[in-house]
Amino acid sequence: MSREEIYVRLNEVFRDVFDRDDITVKDETTASDVEGWDSLIHITLMDAVEEEFDIRFDMKTVVKMKNVGEMVDVIERDVK
Amino acid sequence: MRELQYPFDSRYIIKKKKALKRQLLEQGDNFIDKKIAVLGGSTTHDIIMIMELFLLDNGIRPQFYECEYARYWEDVMFDNPELLDFAPDIIYIHTSNRNIRQYPLLSMTASEVGDLLEADYDHFFKLWGKMEDTYKCPIIQNNFEYPFYRLLGNADATDFHGRVNYINRLNAKFADYACEHKDFYIQDINYLSATYGLDKWSDPLYWHMYKYALAMEAVPVLAFNVCNIIKSIYGKNKKALALDLDNTLWGGIIGDDGVDGIEIGPETSMGQVYSEFQEYLKQQKDIGVILNICSKNEEENAIAGLNHPDGILKPEDFIVIKANWDPKSKNLDDTAKELNLLPEAFVFVDDNPAEREIVREQLKVISPEIGSVEDYIRIIDHSGFFEVTNLSDDDAKRNEMYKENAKRAKLEASFEDYGDYLDSLEMKGTIKNFESIYMDRIAQLSNKSNQFNLTTRRYTRNEIEQIAQADDYIDLYGKLEDKFGDNGVVSVVIGHKQEKVLHMDLWIMSCRVLKRDMEFAMMDQLVYKAKEAGIRCIRGYYYPTPKNKMVRNFYELMGFDLVNEDDRGNREWEYVIPEDYERKNHHISVNEGS
Repeated sequence: MSREEIYVRLNEVFRDVFDRDDITVKDETTASDVEGWDSLIHITLMDAVEEEFDIRFDMKTVVKMKNVGEMVDVIERDVK
Repeated sequence: MRELQYPFDSRYIIKKKKALKRQLLEQGDNFIDKKIAVLGGSTTHDIIMIMELFLLDNGIRPQFYECEYARYWEDVMFDNPELLDFAPDIIYIHTSNRNIRQYPLLSMTASEVGDLLEADYDHFFKLWGKMEDTYKCPIIQNNFEYPFYRLLGNADATDFHGRVNYINRLNAKFADYACEHKDFYIQDINYLSATYGLDKWSDPLYWHMYKYALAMEAVPVLAFNVCNIIKSIYGKNKKALALDLDNTLWGGIIGDDGVDGIEIGPETSMGQVYSEFQEYLKQQKDIGVILNICSKNEEENAIAGLNHPDGILKPEDFIVIKANWDPKSKNLDDTAKELNLLPEAFVFVDDNPAEREIVREQLKVISPEIGSVEDYIRIIDHSGFFEVTNLSDDDAKRNEMYKENAKRAKLEASFEDYGDYLDSLEMKGTIKNFESIYMDRIAQLSNKSNQFNLTTRRYTRNEIEQIAQADDYIDLYGKLEDKFGDNGVVSVVIGHKQEKVLHMDLWIMSCRVLKRDMEFAMMDQLVYKAKEAGIRCIRGYYYPTPKNKMVRNFYELMGFDLVNEDDRGNREWEYVIPEDYERKNHHISVNEGS
């Protein structure tokens, strides 16, 4: 799956979770750039991303992710 | 909402919860408002958000209080003013095995472990006692799920040092407490986590990353389950099953295969699985679920099938049997009318997806996706339609009562004069102030009555007890017996006194005794009690809901005058008690021999 394809699907996940159609994320997006992205909704987000790409983030990975780009790196690596 | 019925897609609910909430609020009307305090020993944020969805779906609009992280004990024991102010209608204590402060050590003796157990139990025992005293509201408490590892392997269950053994003992003590205390309910997460899969439920990632005691995907399962308890407490359980026959209660098609050809009974595997399902339904009857048949068949064939010698359910187990070629939506609607129930009180069970869809569309009746015959029991059971929180004697007798009603209907048809019919029933009423043995039933009735209900106020058992003790209320329950049987407590009125005026807070009656003059008997007794208390005038109130149109003019029938009506249809009525009040009931003999 290309990075572009991943982003198309990832943006859908963000829009579902935040229930807002105007969200677009990119590599350098962090939690502070998206209104309402707090530690609580983060759990929902992780779960929804795992479901969308049929992957599982382990603890080490979750702890290290700094921005959306790093999340996409992991998805790119793990997705079949 | 279909997305929120068992079996649901947990991840979909988690992802879409904001949108789902929006839709539920848009679709719904006539919510009852309840204040729910969720006191957790771990993170509860998403639990609350998802509970909200399931509650809204059941017509309950919750307002939540959430304690600070893991402060469930301190909030209660040290009287957090915010919680006191909130004055919850229900308290949900969400604790888990992560909240057990100390487990047995291998170095401990049996008696030391016994002491530890007492101390761990005492922590909760004190909490519950304090809550009961302070909040006087229903309490729901999680028991403990099993630990996700076993140091002693299988011996963990048998050796008193084992955590499995310890949790079993603690859970038994929780259950004992629940048996001895009203308005206290255990949410059995021990069972819930087992059906879900303990390894998945207890995924340690969620504890260490987010301080959730269970995996995120299990949160909807937990929330759905606790909401079943809550909706049951507020009388929102389903009441009846409407069951298809062919390939639902037995294998095969009776019209084609004949009685000898259908599969039921011990001879074949398919016969056995249908037998187990019939057995399960027969047990439903014992907890007060009303069984009915809704089948496309010749009636003769339907009855022959139900009389199959190996069948467990017999024709007499059902109250209404509709076997004809009319649309099932019509048959179900007619059945509801005959039983004086609303269609939405039914669960429709049919193996045919097209029939399910028609009934859902036409009547807004729930019809679960029951899958293949071996799934039927699990799906109906886990759906929690009939979640038991308060098993009263009335529940066990309910089917009998509806049977008796069918006999009354037959008798009624044989009389030309309705008054003669009523006299032939030889009715005896008992109308008295609330008595302790009926408190459960009174509270249950206040939560279950929708149609004959003037104000739709709901009361917990605690509130009912307080009213019974207070001096400024007039409270009456009415029990009705006749020659066919005892209907039990069927009517409740509550009014509060303000100088010489009695304001009616509640007037309800069970629809199973409609048109029996019981409402007149209640009025007579109310007037008698009011006069005794020096009351001159009674004020009645009618607040419309989509379900209580039948009592819109009830007070007029009782001789009240309409004094006020606002633009939402809320009505206020007044009755000045005449010196020479004439009894309105002529067919029920009331309080004889007491």
